[in-house]
Amino acid sequence: MAFKKTALIGAAIAGLLATGYAAAQEQFIGLPSYRVGPFGSNGASLYGGWIDYMAMVNERDGGVNGVKLTWEECETEYNNARGVECYERLKGKGPTGNTTFQPLSTGITYSVLEKVAQDKIPMVTIGYGRTDAADGRVFPWVFPMISTYWTQASAIVNYIGQKEGGMAKLKGKKIGLLYHDSAYGKESHAIMDKLAEKHGFELSKIAVANPGNEQQAQWLQIRQLKPDYVVLWGWGVMNATALRTAAKTGYAREKIVGVWWSGSEEDTIPAGDAAKGYTAAGFNVAGANYPVVQDIQKLIYAKNKGNMEDKTRVGSVLYNRGVVHGIITVEAIRKAQEKYGKGKSMTGEQMRWGFENLHIDNKRLAELGAAGFMPDLNISCADHEGAGKLKFQQWDGAKWTVVTDWIEGDRPLVRGMIEESAMAYAKEKGITPRDCSKEL
Amino acid sequence: MLYREAGQFKASYQEDQQIFPIRQDRMGFAAILAFFFLVVPMIADQYWLQAILIPVLIFSLAAIGLNILTGYAGQLSLGSAAFMAVGAFGAYNFMLRIDGMPFIVGVVLGGLCAAAVGVAFGLPSLRIKGFYLAVATLAAQFFIVWALVKFPWFSNNASSGVITAQRVEILGYAFDTPVSKYLLTLAIVAVLALLAKNLVRSTTGRSWMAVRDMDVAAEVIGIRPMHAKLTAFAVSSFYCGVAGALYAYTYLGTVEPEGFSLDLSFKILFMIIIGGVGSIMGSFLGAAFIVLLPIFLNVVMHSAFGGSMPAGLGSNLELIIFGGLIIFFLIVEPHGLARLWQLGKEKLRLWPFPH
Repeated sequence: MAFKKTALIGAAIAGLLATGYAAAQEQFIGLPSYRVGPFGSNGASLYGGWIDYMAMVNERDGGVNGVKLTWEECETEYNNARGVECYERLKGKGPTGNTTFQPLSTGITYSVLEKVAQDKIPMVTIGYGRTDAADGRVFPWVFPMISTYWTQASAIVNYIGQKEGGMAKLKGKKIGLLYHDSAYGKESHAIMDKLAEKHGFELSKIAVANPGNEQQAQWLQIRQLKPDYVVLWGWGVMNATALRTAAKTGYAREKIVGVWWSGSEEDTIPAGDAAKGYTAAGFNVAGANYPVVQDIQKLIYAKNKGNMEDKTRVGSVLYNRGVVHGIITVEAIRKAQEKYGKGKSMTGEQMRWGFENLHIDNKRLAELGAAGFMPDLNISCADHEGAGKLKFQQWDGAKWTVVTDWIEGDRPLVRGMIEESAMAYAKEKGITPRDCSKEL
Repeated sequence: MLYREAGQFKASYQEDQQIFPIRQDRMGFAAILAFFFLVVPMIADQYWLQAILIPVLIFSLAAIGLNILTGYAGQLSLGSAAFMAVGAFGAYNFMLRIDGMPFIVGVVLGGLCAAAVGVAFGLPSLRIKGFYLAVATLAAQFFIVWALVKFPWFSNNASSGVITAQRVEILGYAFDTPVSKYLLTLAIVAVLALLAKNLVRSTTGRSWMAVRDMDVAAEVIGIRPMHAKLTAFAVSSFYCGVAGALYAYTYLGTVEPEGFSLDLSFKILFMIIIGGVGSIMGSFLGAAFIVLLPIFLNVVMHSAFGGSMPAGLGSNLELIIFGGLIIFFLIVEPHGLARLWQLGKEKLRLWPFPH
């Protein structure tokens, strides 16, 4: 009897140790996704791409240096309060807790901004979120990577300048800014005002009330103003409505330039023919013929294990953006393992180091099968943005075609504004900025 | 048997006028308070405190606010979230602009701002009733959110209109751990809930109910409908405003005007309908139901089906079950959870020998 008991306990302990050992070889990533609610279809595409990429890395490479990627989704419904709940729920999961939080919502980003610093979990907000968090000295735990809204606005103006044949030609031109009347839409004002002053173009800001399915008055105003270009800073249903209304009022779609949240298939397909000729910015391109997407098709979808319910959307703009999220996360894990030990699961703090020292050059991108898929990336302690380059794509009625090479924003101007704003935040909050020269 | 009142005699007016006239209720209430103040901080982990208990308490407070207006005074309102926004932005601005503003005073001033705005938007209630009034308060919902976005002064000229709440400090003690934030929220909510419970038993509360039941008759017996309606709007908005300030300070930390959307107003309305219209305890039950059920469904979906079900389907099923349960529940008990509790209490009075 006693022997039996001892043996049982021994087996139980051995079992525990074994599971403990196996668990140590995992890297947990919490996904605060949304598949219902007003932006559900966007969330499904983006998180689908991200999950497929991680599944593909597990399948093809057996994880990162033998560490399997694990993840769990938590439905936020794009709602801030639910997002905070998901953040707290995912925090303690996995052997080292949640190691990166990427909510794809500016609202949720703001809601957990201070919590991530307390809990030491890096938050990566690729192409959205708080712009001035790009100053890593004040925001060590937040990474608005690749390009912030301000860089984007500046790159759009540069693109228009290029189209006109030089920035000097912008003088005296009229640009309309049709924006979603919310925190997101207003994020563009400060930089656009500065750019208008610098290049001498005339800026008219035209607000569209949420959700944006009524724009008759706005386009009438645009017809009166006759702007040379209209920058579309829209979201969700607003984009398709803008394109349709523009067609109705006879404004050339070729002269409308969208931001990246206005430049996905979810925006153009509902607009039908009215979207033809419309151009939008993006930090990743559409298309399923990149080797990285091909690998996903081959290793995941061929075995019927893909995350997307609508398989035709594999290779769409937002799906590919999810793949970019996957690439950046996986590369950060790899980078962190180089310093803290290969084959181990990284903690949030170690992951932060990985993100902060992330260098993905064009050679590495080619190895990943993503040459030209996304810009090269160079994150540092002070600069959490790291790329600031955009490509512009035109909708030909059926698909997006890339029409430019990478276009950079006015980095000195944007960086100056970022630092000014970040320092104001530091002062308000009593934060002493880090000294980056002392960092490893 | 549990609720046998035999032998409990009231020998003075004071005893007759207690909030909880039955001894069992008093003991139960004390036990609940002791549990939430003493036991919960010891046993609950950070997730429970931060992500479950604090929001439930805050939404309970907002639901009490709406319940005072809709449940007790009979004035329909769809602007609760907007009044929460006024409270949050009001408290933020008082603490930002006035040096050394104590936290509690800031929150109360934020609540008073909301009360003032509430009275302004309550003025139409003197002429219109029912659904027409609901539409008028809908205007408050849109106007306030628009104004907070439109005038950058409210958010201290932040480029995106988002405010970051200051540190919560009372008499030099910083409330920055989940336990301390929870206790602070709980204390404020408990005090205000008791105040509300007392208020609805007072002359003011009785005049609200008289106006609710029949305003002409109320006027005939000497109740001033204007006074009653406007005080209801003021008190209700005050409660919502304090809830909004707590939402910003002890729960989210940073809020944007769009966070206080019509959706949130509807949610608060559902809370009082599910919990029980015209009941303080119902506000707590309703808030807990509306906040916890979606989270519970989400967790269950994940653990039950895991990877075998497409994630999109899971999320949609959650909504379907949530909606279905609400409908089922309202058919079975249209008077809400508070009514269930009341029935239970009556049964316990006779148990185990029902006649």
